[in-house]
Amino acid sequence: MIIPETRGQPSLPSPFSSYTLDEAFDEMLDASGQPRPPYLELYNRLLEMPPETLYQRQQAANTAFLNQGITFTVYGDNEGTERIWPYDLLPRIITSEEWEKIEKGLTQRITAINLFLKDVYNDGRILDDGIVPRWLIYSCKHFRREMRGVPVPRDTYVAVDGTDLIRLADGRFAVLEDNLRVPSGVSYMLANRHVMIRTFPALFGSYGVRPIDHYGQALFNTFLSLAPAGRVDPVIVLLTPGVYNSAYFEHAYLARQMGIELVEGRDLIVHDNVVYMRTTAGLKRVDVIYRRVDDDFLDPLVFRSDSTLGVPGLFNAYRAGNVTLANTIGTGVADDKAVYSYIPAIIRYYLGEEPILPNVETYLLSNEDHRKYTLEHLDELVVKAVGESGGYGMLIGPYSTAAQREAFREQIIANPRNYIAQPTLNFSRSPCIIDRQIEPRHVDLRPFVLFGEHVTIVPGGLTRVALQRGSLVVNSSQGGGSKDTWVLADAP
Amino acid sequence: MLSRVADSLYWMSRYLERAEHTARLIDVQLSQMLEDAGADADLRWQRLLRSLRVSLDVQTGAYDITYSLIFDQDNPSSIVSCIAAARENARQVREQISSEMWEQLNLLYLQVKQTRMEQIWAAEPHKFLTSVKEGIYLFHGLLDATMSHSEGWHFIRVGRFLERATSTAALLDGHFEVFPIEATQYESEPLGYLSWVGLLRSCASFEAYCKVHTAVIRPAQVVEFLLLNADAPRSVRFACARMQDGLQAIAKTTNTRNSGRVERLTGRLRASLDYYQIDEILSDDMHEYLESIQRQCVLIHSGLYQVYLAYPIEVALTSRNAAHA
Repeated sequence: MIIPETRGQPSLPSPFSSYTLDEAFDEMLDASGQPRPPYLELYNRLLEMPPETLYQRQQAANTAFLNQGITFTVYGDNEGTERIWPYDLLPRIITSEEWEKIEKGLTQRITAINLFLKDVYNDGRILDDGIVPRWLIYSCKHFRREMRGVPVPRDTYVAVDGTDLIRLADGRFAVLEDNLRVPSGVSYMLANRHVMIRTFPALFGSYGVRPIDHYGQALFNTFLSLAPAGRVDPVIVLLTPGVYNSAYFEHAYLARQMGIELVEGRDLIVHDNVVYMRTTAGLKRVDVIYRRVDDDFLDPLVFRSDSTLGVPGLFNAYRAGNVTLANTIGTGVADDKAVYSYIPAIIRYYLGEEPILPNVETYLLSNEDHRKYTLEHLDELVVKAVGESGGYGMLIGPYSTAAQREAFREQIIANPRNYIAQPTLNFSRSPCIIDRQIEPRHVDLRPFVLFGEHVTIVPGGLTRVALQRGSLVVNSSQGGGSKDTWVLADAP
Repeated sequence: MLSRVADSLYWMSRYLERAEHTARLIDVQLSQMLEDAGADADLRWQRLLRSLRVSLDVQTGAYDITYSLIFDQDNPSSIVSCIAAARENARQVREQISSEMWEQLNLLYLQVKQTRMEQIWAAEPHKFLTSVKEGIYLFHGLLDATMSHSEGWHFIRVGRFLERATSTAALLDGHFEVFPIEATQYESEPLGYLSWVGLLRSCASFEAYCKVHTAVIRPAQVVEFLLLNADAPRSVRFACARMQDGLQAIAKTTNTRNSGRVERLTGRLRASLDYYQIDEILSDDMHEYLESIQRQCVLIHSGLYQVYLAYPIEVALTSRNAAHA
């Protein structure tokens, strides 16, 4: 079942002849079918461009990704077969005013989240004051008791955050979810820009697009600022689960960008609560670990004992203050989708401000009324497991089968704390090249927020596209693609 | 560099050298079977099996032996297994090698994985085995041309030449076991001339030998060439020299203060090959001498691990880490 397109369609010239509008905000066209000012230049160029050219440029872009080995793997794929990164050539454009608001909103949000995490793992004032229910926190799978009272460098629990935004029908950006544990996708943001500049140099040049290639440097500086006190020339490493991990490309890419060592758990040794890496020149002390390994697998002595990806004794070294982990352990309590619904209250509590970026309406299924409503409207709502990512553990009501809804019903009743529901949002659509025509597809936006000495947000982020017509699932693991995101420089 | 990374590069290199050596041995053997399938043919199979330390019986037959040595994935020393292992090691450290190297190795892997014994046996194994060798030559060409000649490159060299030294010694040992020579006969024309040519060809050294000694085959000179010739790229002496160069470069790059052990072992082996005379070797126990070379290679390999790859923490923390702590 596809969300019906109800309004009268504008009749547009090729290559836009199959372009349709519905209630969703269209990034390129306004309600009357006219191109919005930021897209005017792009629209006109596409009108003038011979259809073959567009197709050829898309092929060239695909080849560029393949040649550079920019691929991704989906869990369950055969070893050795990687997929080409699915990229759509047409940029997603954001004006500088829109971006200013996003930037302020994200800065506010990450600041409040770090204060929240510090509070929740120490005094718990927000829990005492009843703003966030205590049981919600303690029942959260990702709340790590081991972190109670552990001092965190610069109180920075989340140094790297990827927050997913969607644009609502009225044009406002809203936060769909935060990713505060091991957010990924930034390497694709950088790769997309790189390819864009090569395939559409004239168009890119005619717009004033803010650069993003300082991300590697900003990331490096963020980690540097978190090094344990007194360390001269701190050694930073990126801890990866290894070549079989689906995000390995990104790990290797970022390590290279930052000029730091890419290590696996087995390269690290903890001795006397100090972390070392085993090199041919002897043991080298490690000061900051950008860890792309989940909490559960970090230290077999403290967390999952069957983990071969971690480092025995790492947590003790961390507790002793001899090594910094970015992000810290236990940040998942703040990106739990049930806790997400309290973020506006959290912002008010710590900052005394109204949230600049709104949340999406969320039903907590541990709440009886919300649960009742949800179970009666499963075919209209999106149900999500609170601790998952990558689009897994999700039911999209309007696209689901009765069997899927039944399965979710049982899971919800069995473990209501583990689920939330949200209205199926018709979030914004952006023009994409589909089989030599241009058609709209749903997009979201994941800016990457760095919390170092200052909050640094590289303009734009990863725009993800649900490539299948009518689909709302943007995750690459489920058939999504991506676009280059252009944040325009201030108007002259 | 990370010890694990150096380890993977070292083994990638050893596996490729092993695959190349095996391919050459089989190629020469099968070609010579066409030239002369006489009594010596069986002996030459024995020599091949002995030197590769494969416990198959000659009676198994050429087809099955060839299958086992090329395609059998249950045989960890088969060509397919070696190339797969080399590729897997390369995959773990892909960032360390150039993309041209990775693509070539991947191509070679796909090629051998997709080939069936029946295909090549009917057509002509020679073509397939040549393409394997050429695939590996190309890899080494790319290695020299596209990879920085820094620490990782040196570990690759050490692996390649250590493997070469030990397998050449093993080949000679296998040869003398099957074609023994009386001490008084080293300077005479040997029986089984073809088998001696085969020995040289198995080391890709027949033409080089002829340039030095003409086509006159004398066991003493063949041994001298394969063991002691300073310029022949496949002599044990040459391999040891390159191995030592590599180890010295690594010691320098890593600023190692206690590489003494592995350097001493390599130096000693090289010196013995630099300064020994052929008559000294011939008047001694040949088998014992060749075994001793292989034993020393094993010790060098262990030494490499002890110093650079798998050193115990206590040693690392006390001996040389004041600068790093």
